[in-house]
Amino acid sequence: MGKKRDYSLVGESTRLAIETGLASAEWYHTDVPRKAMKELMQRLDGPAIRDTVIWISAILGSAAGIVWFWGSWWVVPFLFVYGVLYGSSSDSRWHECGHGTAFRTRWMNDVVYHIASFMLMRNPVQWRWSHARHHTDTIIVGRDAEIAVMRPPDLLKAALAFTGILDFRYSLPTLVRQAFGTLSDEEKSYVPEMEQHKAVVAARWHVAIYVATIALAIALKSWLPLVLIGLPRLYGTWHMVTTGLLQHIGLADNVVDHRLNSRTVYMNPISRFIYWNMNYHVEHHMFPMVPYHALPRLHELIKHDLPEPNPSMWHAYREVWPVLLRQLKYEDYYLKRELPPTARPYRGEFHEVDMSAAAE
Amino acid sequence: MADWVEACAVDDIEEEDVIRFDHGGRTFAVYRSPDDEFFATDGYCTHEKAHLADGLVMDDIIECPKHNGRFNYKTGQAKGAPVCVNLATYPVKVEAGKVMIQI
Repeated sequence: MGKKRDYSLVGESTRLAIETGLASAEWYHTDVPRKAMKELMQRLDGPAIRDTVIWISAILGSAAGIVWFWGSWWVVPFLFVYGVLYGSSSDSRWHECGHGTAFRTRWMNDVVYHIASFMLMRNPVQWRWSHARHHTDTIIVGRDAEIAVMRPPDLLKAALAFTGILDFRYSLPTLVRQAFGTLSDEEKSYVPEMEQHKAVVAARWHVAIYVATIALAIALKSWLPLVLIGLPRLYGTWHMVTTGLLQHIGLADNVVDHRLNSRTVYMNPISRFIYWNMNYHVEHHMFPMVPYHALPRLHELIKHDLPEPNPSMWHAYREVWPVLLRQLKYEDYYLKRELPPTARPYRGEFHEVDMSAAAE
Repeated sequence: MADWVEACAVDDIEEEDVIRFDHGGRTFAVYRSPDDEFFATDGYCTHEKAHLADGLVMDDIIECPKHNGRFNYKTGQAKGAPVCVNLATYPVKVEAGKVMIQI
């Protein structure tokens, strides 16, 4: 059995990743002609303005429904819609606007990024840097701050993620701690010193809004303000987790080829709107400059070099489940997805793991 | 004293684009702006070791292909997270259809 993984960002795995060259490594990229890539990378305001108008209108509409039907069972469908828009689709808006690819106009990216960060209880400064690290060192143990399911997998924790409870329990106290001016050693490992005070200021704004919301709830003697601000992070998170877990779960770690550690899954149009096409996740990691609305075109262009996408979320979870069960006994086991004959093969030096023990 | 080195032909770079130029063990990025001027900077992003020549030129901005960090390629100024350190720039001149940079 291999050595237990140490997921600390300031521990033994971190040192090893730096020493072996896994940290900040050169990653595999499918060859795409410059002309085609330049065209795919082009920024547009139109698609994101359209989607954001729909998103905000649906949020306000469903919020109005919650207020109107508060106290009756008719509120439930409005809570369902509002929760997903607030607690799940905010993640993809946070993500795309954080990359600066959603809109062509910079301030539009920044405004939506800050709104979405608030909805997610994420410190916008800290998480901008953690996500940069996630792209530098995708699923490199000891380096990547955004590994959702560690090995061996904690299945109870993974199941609870769908309720948002664990994220809520982590995110809110983290914001309060940061608002008091304290960043952890791990946060300091990826947020540069010159940016750390900005993280504290951002946390103070978030906490101030939550304090005001709680005060309003007390004054009104009603849960309604909290149901609209804060609690959707619990009851609306399930879609974000359902789609987001599939990005990397069960696949390789400590490799430098996104075809091995990321997953593309075909999804229905509603989930793709909520998720802003992040189901094309191999493509996104390989070429993060390509905006969400161009990812389907990028997929068509490079799919000859990528593993076959999962045809549905259901298919992907059915594929992942036995892998997780094996990882409980043998944490080095992972799902190595087959490449089509048209693809360039995986490089051997980082990617060969003896999985014979998993069969025992 | 810095030397003038031929980086490429004028026609090697499209308008509002960038190419990579390696010289003396170093790597540079050579830009052609939308108003048909030429500029040169260090080739690697100051945040992580990514070739800026794989990035996107928009007006006077080069965006890094790895983390979307933005620089003004005319001045080298870093335009915000995740890039905090400015980019070195180099004098450029065009002679007889060749782009020359002083390094």
